[in-house]
Amino acid sequence: MTDKLLEVKDLKKHFPIHRGIVFRREVGAVKAVDGISFDVLKGETLGLVGESGCGKSTTGRLILRLIEPTSGSVRFGGTDLLPLKDRDMRPMRRRMQIVFQNPYGSLDPRMMVGDSIAEPLRVHKLMDGKQIQQRVKELLERVGMSPTYANRYPHEFSGGQRQRIGIARALAINPEFIVADEPVSALDVSVQAQVLNLLADLQDEFKLTYLFIAHNLATVQHISDRVAVMYLGKMVELASSDRLYAEPKHPYTQALLSAAPIADPTQRKRDRMLLQGDLPSPVNPPSGCRFHTRCPLVNEVSNNLCKTEDPPLGDLGGGHLVACHLHKVAPASHLLATVPRA
Amino acid sequence: MAEPLLKVSGLQTHFFTEEGVVKAVDGVDFEVHRGQVLGIVGESGCGKSVTTLSILRLVAAPQGRTVGGQILFKGQDLLKLPEAQMRGIRGNRIALISQDPLTSLNPVLTVGEQIMEAIILHQHVDRRTARKKAIAALEAVGIPSAASRIDEYPHQFSGGMRQRVVIAMALSCEPELLIADEPTTALDVTIQAQILALMDDIRRQREAAIILITHDLGVVAEMCDYVAVMYAGKVVEYSDVATIFANPKHPYTRGLLKSIPQLGEKKSRLVPIEGQPPSLALLPPGCAFAPRCTEYTRKCSQQMPLLEQIDTNHMVRCWVTAGQQDTPAPAGATR
Ligand SMILES: Nc1ncnc2c1ncn2[C@@H]1O[C@H](COP(=O)(O)OP(=O)(O)O)[C@@H](O)[C@H]1O
Ligand SMILES: Nc1ncnc2c1ncn2[C@@H]1O[C@H](COP(=O)(O)OP(=O)(O)O)[C@@H](O)[C@H]1O
Ligand code: SF4
Ligand SMILES: [Mg+2]
Ligand SMILES: [Mg+2]
Repeated sequence: MTDKLLEVKDLKKHFPIHRGIVFRREVGAVKAVDGISFDVLKGETLGLVGESGCGKSTTGRLILRLIEPTSGSVRFGGTDLLPLKDRDMRPMRRRMQIVFQNPYGSLDPRMMVGDSIAEPLRVHKLMDGKQIQQRVKELLERVGMSPTYANRYPHEFSGGQRQRIGIARALAINPEFIVADEPVSALDVSVQAQVLNLLADLQDEFKLTYLFIAHNLATVQHISDRVAVMYLGKMVELASSDRLYAEPKHPYTQALLSAAPIADPTQRKRDRMLLQGDLPSPVNPPSGCRFHTRCPLVNEVSNNLCKTEDPPLGDLGGGHLVACHLHKVAPASHLLATVPRA
Repeated sequence: MAEPLLKVSGLQTHFFTEEGVVKAVDGVDFEVHRGQVLGIVGESGCGKSVTTLSILRLVAAPQGRTVGGQILFKGQDLLKLPEAQMRGIRGNRIALISQDPLTSLNPVLTVGEQIMEAIILHQHVDRRTARKKAIAALEAVGIPSAASRIDEYPHQFSGGMRQRVVIAMALSCEPELLIADEPTTALDVTIQAQILALMDDIRRQREAAIILITHDLGVVAEMCDYVAVMYAGKVVEYSDVATIFANPKHPYTRGLLKSIPQLGEKKSRLVPIEGQPPSLALLPPGCAFAPRCTEYTRKCSQQMPLLEQIDTNHMVRCWVTAGQQDTPAPAGATR
């Protein structure tokens, strides 16, 4: 068995909504992430897909403790991160980094890129000035840029180059784990492949583990060993990348795959599975299965079960997990503790 | 084939800025026929939006000017029409749907007021008839409970529903040509599928012609009959959609097809196009793709290749590949 680097259990993040200025009171909450559990194995890439607002970025931020969860647990390398005080969290932070979607917003425009890349090294006091300069040069070269660029400012670079700089910065302190939050979504089509290849090469070279967040299914399938699908703060399916695309089991995954355009006119889809309506609000998510308001198969399940009961994430065998009443399966064994009993 | 509804040739639109002349559009040629979808595909900044603005004569003066070419709409050159006549065409016979529906909607007016305004302007009917027509238009684009939602404001609609409102507005005057500039780029994939299905209905039921601008080759493959591939202000390849995917000629088109991951197909490694797209203010002489091109020869950086007809419906702008015999399609382009 491969080691688990990261274990997420029943993780929740509810952002409170306040009303009133003088008497500020809580009137509700955005249930951005609402009880998700999954593992990330050492050296693998776990893809996280789902439509905007389903909680992907919040999940990434919770894992790195850039925001504090409402409840649940995150274990990294066997250590429970959530109870850790700042001082104990610091050495853990050194092992995990994030690459953001927006290569424009994630670099300080007033800082030379060399200083941006060096910042994590300075924060963690890992090297002296000379060593830092040397390291920045190495890093720039490693991401395919000239070391002389260290003295330039972000605006002098294209989107693809800025994303390389963001990656160099994430690599600076030799992390084991990187959350890549839509790292190529904002890039030109012809440049995306460069960055995807770079991420793959770095993974091989430095034995990195990735949580790769994206909404483009083809990109996620390409880069991921396993893929998790989220809908409205819940995880609805998780399987190996090949299996998920060949045999999607959850109606939402099926709809996502069916909706994705295929870049081959000989495979035009005549009978697409079109979902009706829009994404419901995460403030008042639908009862039972959150997908039931849009699910084309909701009537296939008897007793209105979809509207009344939240389907647990169950194991179809071979690590193919799905949360849907259509699939009568045993609760995922390794997640037993956290799966509510039907 | 019948006379095209729209035929653009040699179009040039430049911006005269302090930093120099930005040749945003500098050699664009294509045709659109009734009941067909033409895709314009290319990376951001390659001149797709300026092309559409040029067709509608909405390029921001005085910096921006269309300095060359022809835009024949049913045989009539739009570039030569007096502005008064152009106003009768804009939004009436040619309608535009933009990427961000918020920019085409007025936030302080209800969607009903906006659609009715368009209907009254173009169809010269009274308010009551206009309201009926507006509700029908919203229903036609799949907005549920249109009769009550018509009195809501744009911010009360989701992104996908807003795009439907914009489409309803564009359709209310029954245009012959619909230009959709990245209509789904800001939408999620399940909503994108709904909007694309709607546009496909429009094409079939109303026999409208559609120009669909996108950077997504998947959308092109699913929706388009013909495709113009743009690079740095120029059309570099134009053909029917099957040929573009099965037998691409321009090295940029070939490169794009090889660089994208394909759903359901596990390639261990992508083949990227190296380098970056050029800045339009600092274009090198010769072919703008030369610095990134795998087929480069010396001539490429000396002289700009012309868009050459190599088959009935296939045009290519390349010194090297235009003259080549058909080779089997590059690996990855077809299956
Ligand atoms: N700081 C915040 N305060 C309140 N709501 C938030 C905050 N961050 C995210 N959300 C909400 O949480 C939900 C999930 O957001 P996010 O994780 O960014 O989704 P994704 O990355 O999948 O698009 C959305 O409804 C979003 O509006
Ligand atoms: N008003 C303007 N002034 C100067 N340059 C402009 C203006 N509008 C567009 N451009 C330039 O024209 C080029 C093409 O832009 P555009 O047609 O919007 O590209 P896209 O293919 O992404 O739609 C870009 O390089 C852009 O910077
Ligand atoms: S549980 Fe029911 S509503 Fe949810 S996806 Fe399965 S069939 Fe559809
Ligand atoms: Mg996000
Ligand atoms: Mg544009």
